[in-house]
Amino acid sequence: MTLEATPETQTPVELITLTIDDVEVSVPKGTLVIRAAELVGTEIPRFCDHPLLEPVGACRQCLVDITDAGNGRGFPKPQASCTIEVAAGMVVKTQVTSPIAEKAQRGNMEFLLINHPLDCPVCDKGGECPLQNQSMTHGQGETRFTETKRTFPKPIQVSEQVLLDRERCVLCARCTRFSEQIAGDPFIELIERGSQQQVGIYEQEPFHSYFSGNTIQICPVGALTSADYRFRARPFDLVSTPSIAEHDSCGSAIRVDHRRGKVMRRLAGDDPEVNEEWITDKDRFAFTSATQADRLTTPLVRNAAGKLEPTSWPYALAAAAKGLAAAAGKVGVLTGGRLTVEDAYAYSKFARTVLRTNDIDFRARAHSDEEASFLASHVAVTGPVVTHAGLEKASTVVLVGFEPEDEAGAVFLRLRKASRKGVKVISIASHTTRGLTKMSGELVRTVPGNEPAALAELELDANAVILVGERLASVRGGYTAALAAAKKSGASLAWIPRRAGDRGSVEVGCLPTLLPGGRPLDVAEARADLAAAWGVRAIPSKKGRDTSGILDSATAGTLKALVVAGVEVADLPDPAAARAALDAVGFLVSLEVRESEVSTRADVVLPIAPMVEKPGSFVNWEGRMRAFGAVLHEPNSLTDIRVLAGIAEELGAPLGFRTVDQARAEMTEVGPWDGDRPVMTPVEHGKKVATRGTVALDTWPQLVDDGRGQDGQELFRATARPAVLRASAHTLGAFDIDPGTFATVSTEAGSVTLPAEVADLPDGVVWAPANSGGTALHATLGAGFGDRVTVAPGKAPRRARGKK
Amino acid sequence: MTDTLTPVLSADWGNDRAWTLKAYEQTGGYAALKTALTMAPDDVITLVKDSGLRGRGGAGFPTGMKWSFIPQDNPKPKYLVVNADESEPGTCKDIPLMLATPHTLIEGVIIAAHAIRAKTAFIYVRGEVLHVVRRLRAAAREAAEAGYLGENILGSGVDLELIIHAGAGAYICGEETALLDSLEGRRGQPRLRPPFPALEGLYASPTVVNNVESIASVPSIVKNGVEWFGSMGTEKSKGYTLYSLSGHVKRPGQYEAPLGITLRQLLDLGGGMREGSQLKFWTPGGSSTPILTAEHLDIPLDYEAVGAAGSMLGTKALQVFDQTTSVVRCVLRWTEFYKHESCGKCTPCREGTWWLVQTLQRLDAGEGKSGDIELLLDLCENIVGRAFCALGDGAASPITSAIQYFRKEFEAGMHTPSSWAFPPEASTLFAQEVKA
Repeated sequence: MTLEATPETQTPVELITLTIDDVEVSVPKGTLVIRAAELVGTEIPRFCDHPLLEPVGACRQCLVDITDAGNGRGFPKPQASCTIEVAAGMVVKTQVTSPIAEKAQRGNMEFLLINHPLDCPVCDKGGECPLQNQSMTHGQGETRFTETKRTFPKPIQVSEQVLLDRERCVLCARCTRFSEQIAGDPFIELIERGSQQQVGIYEQEPFHSYFSGNTIQICPVGALTSADYRFRARPFDLVSTPSIAEHDSCGSAIRVDHRRGKVMRRLAGDDPEVNEEWITDKDRFAFTSATQADRLTTPLVRNAAGKLEPTSWPYALAAAAKGLAAAAGKVGVLTGGRLTVEDAYAYSKFARTVLRTNDIDFRARAHSDEEASFLASHVAVTGPVVTHAGLEKASTVVLVGFEPEDEAGAVFLRLRKASRKGVKVISIASHTTRGLTKMSGELVRTVPGNEPAALAELELDANAVILVGERLASVRGGYTAALAAAKKSGASLAWIPRRAGDRGSVEVGCLPTLLPGGRPLDVAEARADLAAAWGVRAIPSKKGRDTSGILDSATAGTLKALVVAGVEVADLPDPAAARAALDAVGFLVSLEVRESEVSTRADVVLPIAPMVEKPGSFVNWEGRMRAFGAVLHEPNSLTDIRVLAGIAEELGAPLGFRTVDQARAEMTEVGPWDGDRPVMTPVEHGKKVATRGTVALDTWPQLVDDGRGQDGQELFRATARPAVLRASAHTLGAFDIDPGTFATVSTEAGSVTLPAEVADLPDGVVWAPANSGGTALHATLGAGFGDRVTVAPGKAPRRARGKK
Repeated sequence: MTDTLTPVLSADWGNDRAWTLKAYEQTGGYAALKTALTMAPDDVITLVKDSGLRGRGGAGFPTGMKWSFIPQDNPKPKYLVVNADESEPGTCKDIPLMLATPHTLIEGVIIAAHAIRAKTAFIYVRGEVLHVVRRLRAAAREAAEAGYLGENILGSGVDLELIIHAGAGAYICGEETALLDSLEGRRGQPRLRPPFPALEGLYASPTVVNNVESIASVPSIVKNGVEWFGSMGTEKSKGYTLYSLSGHVKRPGQYEAPLGITLRQLLDLGGGMREGSQLKFWTPGGSSTPILTAEHLDIPLDYEAVGAAGSMLGTKALQVFDQTTSVVRCVLRWTEFYKHESCGKCTPCREGTWWLVQTLQRLDAGEGKSGDIELLLDLCENIVGRAFCALGDGAASPITSAIQYFRKEFEAGMHTPSSWAFPPEASTLFAQEVKA
């Protein structure tokens, strides 16, 4: 249903012809000799060289003999091929054809090894180690060095998650260059000199980077290791499966390595169009959520005594079907944002053909009709328009209601790369975040809720890109204003939601007003088209309720049953009301991986497969299909599709598919709507009423936080940024809060206490992380982005988690 | 004194309080500046180019040509950086110069900055020589008070701010790009070239980096002219220069003479070898230039002839060693220096010096193994021309040259400690007193 990326129009590049190892080759101007050599099939050994990092020429492993630099004269000494650009007529002789280059490389390899420990048998890298591999291919078997090796106490804690064994380090500076050039996080640097040179950290400022795991992966030796994975496995015992990261909507390529049914680690995949070779630490380390003790393993049905009781699958499916049949016509479906597109499609079809309703919504967070209209008119089945790679070619990138470093790591790294090349980043936000500083971005300081006014004042050109986040749904007129700004300038607009399944859910119509393939519900031809494709008589035409409407109706009793997939109650706009609705509803079916606030309230709990145990696809924010296969093959683990198909069959209305492949095939066959796109219904900008003595709340979840998807990785979680409340000095002063002391944020629902910090927010606004450091802001306050809260001096809270 | 000496830079070193502005002006100081300020900048460059002045820091690159590489259409500020990080073993010319007559250098700085149109100049001084730092700062203050520095120098419309920067004790910062990194506040490590400093040097702006002696020579050229300068020296190595004589000679010190003088002449000037000493080996330009022996006494000490003899003129630091010196021990000490001073950036220098030291220690202790000499030569071959900057080459050249001329001493290292064959105390000044 989603268009695949079409190759961008190739701009002609100037080619340079040179000779490498007696083979003539033409490469684009500016290519480094080391990479040109790859094209003639010669792999020159290297350590410091990395295609995505700037050349440094430090390790000297890639020396080649350049007998003609293109000007008729050769270099008198061997040259580092990773720092020299090709020139027309250049003649390069690598280790293959030049004894000089071969000896230089062999000699250098010997130097690298004299101080390197021979602990390969216990080293994490052993078996996948560039030093090990290249010393086999380009080194000599025996060492001539019999003297004393350099040693260091081991290991050093670079961060809670990353450990450093200095004696293994070959000082290639990949990690320090990554931190400086790619992530922009300081405080990991080379220190000391000569043989004492080493990677070091600044003890007073911890190396808390959201991207630190990449340094482990690009380390060409086993010097940097993950504290979790260290000494746990050998590469040759691992089975690798390419996959897609599920923690944000970027669709980053990853590789999942498992051994005997257990995932041991995850690595970044290589996808130049999406995440290049980098992933966030969350994508890398947070993979143990589904193996926690509260994993649901058998279907549960509430018995006569009101207790959930393990049952067989057939019994549970029949029980679910019975309950849903009893509530026929009065069932709502909440799908959440974590489903694969195939699973979401199954829910969408299940709602329309089995439950005969449009009461389905994937949005388990603040939402609005305006947003639904925007998604239907400008997002659904639009295919890649704005792309990760395309961000580098924009003139300006405007961020609205979107903090890329916390919410979409691959977008952040791409934007930082772009900003280093001169792309201007503008953020319409309350304050200058660390991420914005790293992108050299410009802040349009805005009170939450005032984004439409800021958007209206922007002067953009047609080459600009506006990236809107899902928080804009809390701002009345937000999407309308973003569209107007794009229309006025001709700029492109893209929606970057937070969850991996969000975009796919739009594509397959997990919305009360939108059907699969972007078919508008209120267009009879679209309904008829879909009904024909599905082979049903008709698609229900009544406009469905959105998430809030579904929950309200459940409380009121107008909806008698709910089917809920991976939804966290704490994420919903009003968690307290949601709990009440789940308690009140007559019949509740929960499809879940782990025990949750929904499953404990459910009448039937159907355990479904976590991502590693099933194939599927995410549609990332670009609109790009990101398919992945199952990592682990667990026969007892059922997909949402299989479970829904089972219920449907019990209800006598088969879904028409039982497997992911069948669902994907049907989705493709149904295809996108080829009629007119729905038109956006504009909404006037409306501000929330500011009552005296209150301040506006700005908030979003930080990348590393208390989210359940990160459970089980406490070392990773220890790298989280501390939870603080930020406000202007004036705001803090107005409420008698001294910076550095504690402040309490309150609503009628509850209060949260955090240390206060001065930042460049507008007066009358406070920022606090949504779910960090044990303070579940949203769940406690019942307030979210743009809502009014009160602040007051607070007392240091007791250690919330009782941990030291 | 004979006619061979041509004291120019050192002419006034013996004067009373020669480091003061008053003393400097009394001997004609800052007259050249006044002349230079009336000249167009390009004319100053042409003058220095025509004089044939070559860099005195070791490489001998023509100074005027270096200045002419500064792209004047580049909108960025231009910088002049004086490399006063003198720390090569044996080299000791810039520090006495700056100590005795700092104004010679400052006058040169102003003229050079005028030529390349730099409004900011830096003197990067070796941090260990605090007395020199103080004297330079005092001199800069005096010069500023007298209107030689600051805005609108002597009413010429030329502005110049001079910053005296103390290094933090790293030999590598004598390498010009490492010096620039250090000056920018980073760890001193050499940079990738290109871009060369002339295009992207300090703060990525066009920068000239010159040695102290090169810049200090400029006022005399402006004052006395190209012909006067060219009347000294040889065809391709023009002018006078400071030769630093040290070691087993009667009168060690600075000898200012035309380029092309021989060590034999310099030894004569220095009163000859010490009593009972015979020349065994010597360095022409500090420890990183390959050593030479008595057979090279008559080669002219200019860039070409020393190069032809298999070494380099370098900094003209003539360390003279007599028959009491163990070559192995001497080379070991130098190698220990390079190991200590290697910046660590590249593998051959960092790891190579680590290995060389341990191998030499073994030979020095008389515990060498057969094959050690070949190993040393092979390691040197794997370092020279493979390292990131010239430090690696400098570390290897004393070893290869020492083995070339004194292989037998290394062979003796297989069985005899150097301290037996060459008791260290025999090399000392007090050795004869002890004997007596």
